Amino acid sequence: MSARITRDDVIHVATLARLALDDERIETFTGQLAAILEHAQDVEALDLADVPPTSHPYPLVNVLRPDVATATLSNEQALAAAPQAESGRFRVPTILGEAP
Amino acid sequence: MSAAAAGSADTALRIAAAVRAGERSAVDVLEAHLARIDATEADVHAFNLVTVDAARAAAAAVDQRVAAGEDPGPLAGVPIALKDNLCTRGVATTCSSKILEGWIPPYDATVVQRVWAAGAVPVGKTNLDEFAMGSSTENSAFGVTRNPRNLTKVSGGSSGGSAAAVAAGFSAISLGSDTGGSIRQPAALCGVVGVKPTYGMVSRYGLIAFASSLDQIGPFATTVADAALLLEAIAGHDPADATSIPQPAPKLVEHLDDGVAGLRVGIVTELMGDGIHPDVLARVRDAADALAAAGATVEEVSVPAITYGLSAYYLIAPAEASSNLARFDGVRFGLRVDAGTTNEMMVASRTAGFGDEVKRRIMLGTYALSAGYYDAFYGQAQKVRTLICRDFDAAYECFDVLLSPTSPTTAFDIGAIADPLTMYLNDICTIPTNLAGHPAMSIPFGTGSDGLPVGVQVLAPALGEVAMFRAAAALEAAAPTKEA
Repeated sequence: MSARITRDDVIHVATLARLALDDERIETFTGQLAAILEHAQDVEALDLADVPPTSHPYPLVNVLRPDVATATLSNEQALAAAPQAESGRFRVPTILGEAP
Repeated sequence: MSAAAAGSADTALRIAAAVRAGERSAVDVLEAHLARIDATEADVHAFNLVTVDAARAAAAAVDQRVAAGEDPGPLAGVPIALKDNLCTRGVATTCSSKILEGWIPPYDATVVQRVWAAGAVPVGKTNLDEFAMGSSTENSAFGVTRNPRNLTKVSGGSSGGSAAAVAAGFSAISLGSDTGGSIRQPAALCGVVGVKPTYGMVSRYGLIAFASSLDQIGPFATTVADAALLLEAIAGHDPADATSIPQPAPKLVEHLDDGVAGLRVGIVTELMGDGIHPDVLARVRDAADALAAAGATVEEVSVPAITYGLSAYYLIAPAEASSNLARFDGVRFGLRVDAGTTNEMMVASRTAGFGDEVKRRIMLGTYALSAGYYDAFYGQAQKVRTLICRDFDAAYECFDVLLSPTSPTTAFDIGAIADPLTMYLNDICTIPTNLAGHPAMSIPFGTGSDGLPVGVQVLAPALGEVAMFRAAAALEAAAPTKEA
């Protein structure tokens, strides 16, 4: 059985998920996630060493299509909903800390 | 009993037959539905957007085709509502989330293309729990959808808007999506028919993903026959969805009168006890008796592993959601909140754009997939999924369909359930089906002592839709009248 989820775990996971949580939410989420994971302990406790996992309900494998180019979105359509675009590309703020 | 807004719309089968025969105009049919929207939508709030002008143009086009001697298709002139997580070209699609507010998709979902091709008339985009995460439509960023049968009650969720639209007579039929019960539970609470088809029977192309191995699109309708008609129109292989089953749509409508003589029906023992309201249990027993009276053999059957369904689901679905929702990063579409660096912009955009339930599930999923916990949570849940499939397989060796409640209770008060885990328990009867990839549907069958509708669930093995619809049709024929 794994240890109960802590406040530090919640802060770490928020960073991974690119979410900024205020102190109140960190507190609330820690309690709520702990309760949900506690409920999941029935699953955690099962001995399933010999049971294969099911990742997908329908046994389809290697779904391929002919390697032929077909119509797709134009550059203009693809950029139409972009918060910022420039020269036919998505524009984002600087990737590293300081602007060049 | 507070004011209700339940409508009395005509069925899709009758509308399509009359429009195709030139006996009724699609424009008149539409105006009757728009009049009901005008009258009560302000109370119900089934829609995020009503596309009045586009609907009028579509209805007029259907009438022109009939006048020109063409057949517009099996859904000719039938008003349909679309859950707002289905992409509609040129029409805003929000998932009831601030992060997608104002987004205009550049393409139609396959199901949207198919209902257009069948002659249907889309009237608008329906409200949902944000990104389909919820069981009451209270998690929408744009306000709750009220139950047309009693406006103080929830409509269920996540497809609450699609269920309410049909219950209120705003559209004859609608489309929703079901990841853990999001079609069947609101159908039960609003007193309409709701179907979750076999995983892969209906293309997911253009459905904004929540949990990809569980999501499936399906119909809402006031009758079993209308649900069959709509499912026939949207089902069938689609090369644009790699998980689409390479088979044509099943023939369902022609089997609705086949009856249930000799059909083997199993009542699921594990879903007939703790946590289920006595009124709901009584209606399921009544439904079983009705099937037996119609010639089916009815027995109890145990499907032991489904008791682990809820736990497995609330590890698998959030894990898949945390991955799927990583695409909302403020770069290519949707909300961007400006900040110094790209990483800071992503954090600011996601923090401002997602509501608390979505954040909670992203957090839960990220945790379940993170280093050191993957095997204990996600890996273990995937193995439980195997156990559930095996136990269902064993049950279906002896039974053609299974019977259970759809939801543990009738519609509850808006605001009554604040605790997330308590809300999740609403899905206890519907989740096992999604984990197995099977079909299941909810049929209204009488009411509780509160006068609110009770839904009975018919479950079937993968691609067992014909037997499922036969049982549903028999239940519909035997159901106590809706408006007692």
